[in-house]
Amino acid sequence: MLYRENGQFKSTYRADQQMLPILQDRILMLALLAFAFVVVPFAASNYLFLSILIPFLILALAAIGLNLLVGYCGQISIGHAAFMAVGAYAAYNLVLRLPVLNFLVVLVLAGLIAAAVGMVFGIPSLRIKGLYLAVATLAAQFFIDWLFARVKWFTDYSHSGSVSTSPVELFGWRIDSPPEKYVFLLAVLVVFTLLAKNLARGHVGRAWMATRDMDVAAEVIGIRPVYAKLTAFGVSSFYCGVAGALWGFIHLGAWEPLAFNLTLSLNLLFMIIIGGMGSILGSYFGAAFIVMLPILLNQLPQWLGVPLSTAMASHLEFMIFGALIIFFLIVEPNGLARLWAVGKEKLRLWPFPH
Amino acid sequence: METKAKTGLLCAAIVAAATGSGAALAQVKEQFFPVLVYRTGPYAPNGVPFADGYVDYLKLVNARDGGINGVRITFEECETGYATDRGVECYERLKDKGPTGATAFHPLSTGITFAVTDKAPGDRVPIVTAGYGRADSVDGSVFSWNFPLGGTYWSAADILIQHLGKINGGVDKLAGKKIALVYHDSPYGKEPIALLQERAKMHKYELLLLPVTHPGVEQKATWLQIRQQRPDYVFLWGWGVMNSTAIKEAVATGYPRDKMYGVWWSGAEPDVTPAGDGAKGYNALVFLAGPGQGAVHKDIIKYLYDKDQGTAGKKEEIGEVLYNRGLVSAMMTVEAVKQAQGKFGNKPLKGEEVRWGLENLSIDAATIKKLGFEGYMTPVKTSCSDHEGARSAAVQAWDGKNWKRTSGVYEADMKILGPMIKASAEKYASEKKLTKQECAKG
Repeated sequence: MLYRENGQFKSTYRADQQMLPILQDRILMLALLAFAFVVVPFAASNYLFLSILIPFLILALAAIGLNLLVGYCGQISIGHAAFMAVGAYAAYNLVLRLPVLNFLVVLVLAGLIAAAVGMVFGIPSLRIKGLYLAVATLAAQFFIDWLFARVKWFTDYSHSGSVSTSPVELFGWRIDSPPEKYVFLLAVLVVFTLLAKNLARGHVGRAWMATRDMDVAAEVIGIRPVYAKLTAFGVSSFYCGVAGALWGFIHLGAWEPLAFNLTLSLNLLFMIIIGGMGSILGSYFGAAFIVMLPILLNQLPQWLGVPLSTAMASHLEFMIFGALIIFFLIVEPNGLARLWAVGKEKLRLWPFPH
Repeated sequence: METKAKTGLLCAAIVAAATGSGAALAQVKEQFFPVLVYRTGPYAPNGVPFADGYVDYLKLVNARDGGINGVRITFEECETGYATDRGVECYERLKDKGPTGATAFHPLSTGITFAVTDKAPGDRVPIVTAGYGRADSVDGSVFSWNFPLGGTYWSAADILIQHLGKINGGVDKLAGKKIALVYHDSPYGKEPIALLQERAKMHKYELLLLPVTHPGVEQKATWLQIRQQRPDYVFLWGWGVMNSTAIKEAVATGYPRDKMYGVWWSGAEPDVTPAGDGAKGYNALVFLAGPGQGAVHKDIIKYLYDKDQGTAGKKEEIGEVLYNRGLVSAMMTVEAVKQAQGKFGNKPLKGEEVRWGLENLSIDAATIKKLGFEGYMTPVKTSCSDHEGARSAAVQAWDGKNWKRTSGVYEADMKILGPMIKASAEKYASEKKLTKQECAKG
């Protein structure tokens, strides 16, 4: 009932190819955007901004990046936190050494540097596939961890190897209060989501998907694997680099190489697996799941008034979190995005199913 | 700026509404203490006793004295797992709780300290890092909200070198010697390097830097290097399982334990007991408070454990090194609140009022005696230009069952530390474009 597209005729190719072909989706998306931009900045508490929404937005961006590579192009990477680190340290050094640059320029440059590094580490993908490639990307993780921990120039010779940043300024707008950070990140995320969505629908995305589904066949129909795989690595690392710079500058403010360790790489991978491979929307679901659920589980006993020791609550958090991951993977191996799609199908007929 | 003004207006509106509707609400005499702990994960063996000591002291103040001058203490634990991101989440979660917000944070992790240092001035909450944190935060003119009470890693490293100098018959005798620093590869472990390098230039010893990656259970490569290089001394800058692993590796490598010196975070019972007899002879620093029991422990047993109100799982934990350190950390914060109450009145205090208390903290021998900490606590006196308050430590050795003090008390040399702290703090201030607070001379 809700999702019936009866009467929505498309008389042009343009109308047929739009990003959200169903009117209800467009209304929903506009309402969601309006809510996120207008209502949330005034309604949410600082805790909600700083601990939940801001990490969620940034990690969603990184998850989109990883999803372009893993979900769309089929190249597994367990080293994407390293490309976030490249973005973060590149941005730190750009701000430090070229203070005249606008932060948006810094973001883009940081992303480009991360893209270059990502493409270098993507070269093995031309020869090796699957789990072997995953191990090769693991090398990126360890090498880059090592690089930023050991080469002092990157951290401006700080004693502890930890770097800290000053608040971001953009055309005289000092982004330091939580709602301002949120709005800025949201704007960045909207732009990058649109880009990713269009990239995935265009010829580049089609080349990626062809490579993912069967690389030999893709080659036969005229897609150059070098081009497809390296662009996927480049774009994906670009996204992660930007996310890394935002993670450092907007979210953390001060960080050490440990902030971008293997755990974060694996978390990113979990996000897209749980959210849905090859789905931009899934990246959002996955990021929300991984960011919010542990915090929610940790605080739940207290909200319910169950007196549990801190250690017990923490152990429970791990157990329930793990169990839920398995539950969702069994119920829907294609991720939360697929659940959403199934839900939409059901709503189309609801409340009169056949 | 505009948003700030708006938030200010909003706050004023809320306050106006609150005072109208519930004057009684403002009268709740409670002081909220946030407690960041790690009772799970690879650092839990050390995190648990510290947290137990900290919480026990807060409970004791309520049970024995009925709070701080009539203001009851409330507290809430939050599990960080020693992870920076979760630590920051805990900080955000707890900073506004209680009638006046959080009293002061003890992050108990150098990584979390670095992250919240930037947030504290905006939130107006003091960060107390007793024996850890940023070494340059001693300079209160730049780091108004940080209090590395009792010692920093630069002080610790300085004292270790002084001790080596003493047992070798003068620091100049260190020339040509080889000292290896086995450190946790994080801000915590890297912090002392600057000071050790500075001292290396002065005394011409060779410094080997051997990092160990988190969490520190894999140290084979590190100890292989030690076997090859045969350093004269090994400094251990570890935490959690890394410490016991290092001692076990030293046993396996055949490196003499009595040539090993741990920082004060590598010198507690959970660090040595897993290595069994192999740990005998291992040295570590002890600062502020050592192991053992005093009058305050008797009170804790009487008021808490005899009534089944204690936090620790087993009574043997009471009096352990880390338990006592938690106790002392809590005590210094409570004393700071008392100090601030003297100026602002016996009511729940805001973070910035507690900050004043921390900056004008004076725990002298008489107070220590009165509080029951006599015998294993050194006096602490802070000022605007010195947020550390005390920078002395002694060396203790593990005899297989107990920690025994084996040296006199050393004081870190401010002639060396002072300029380094100043330079580092200045750099931080200029990077962050901070305006310094003026410290009155004297």
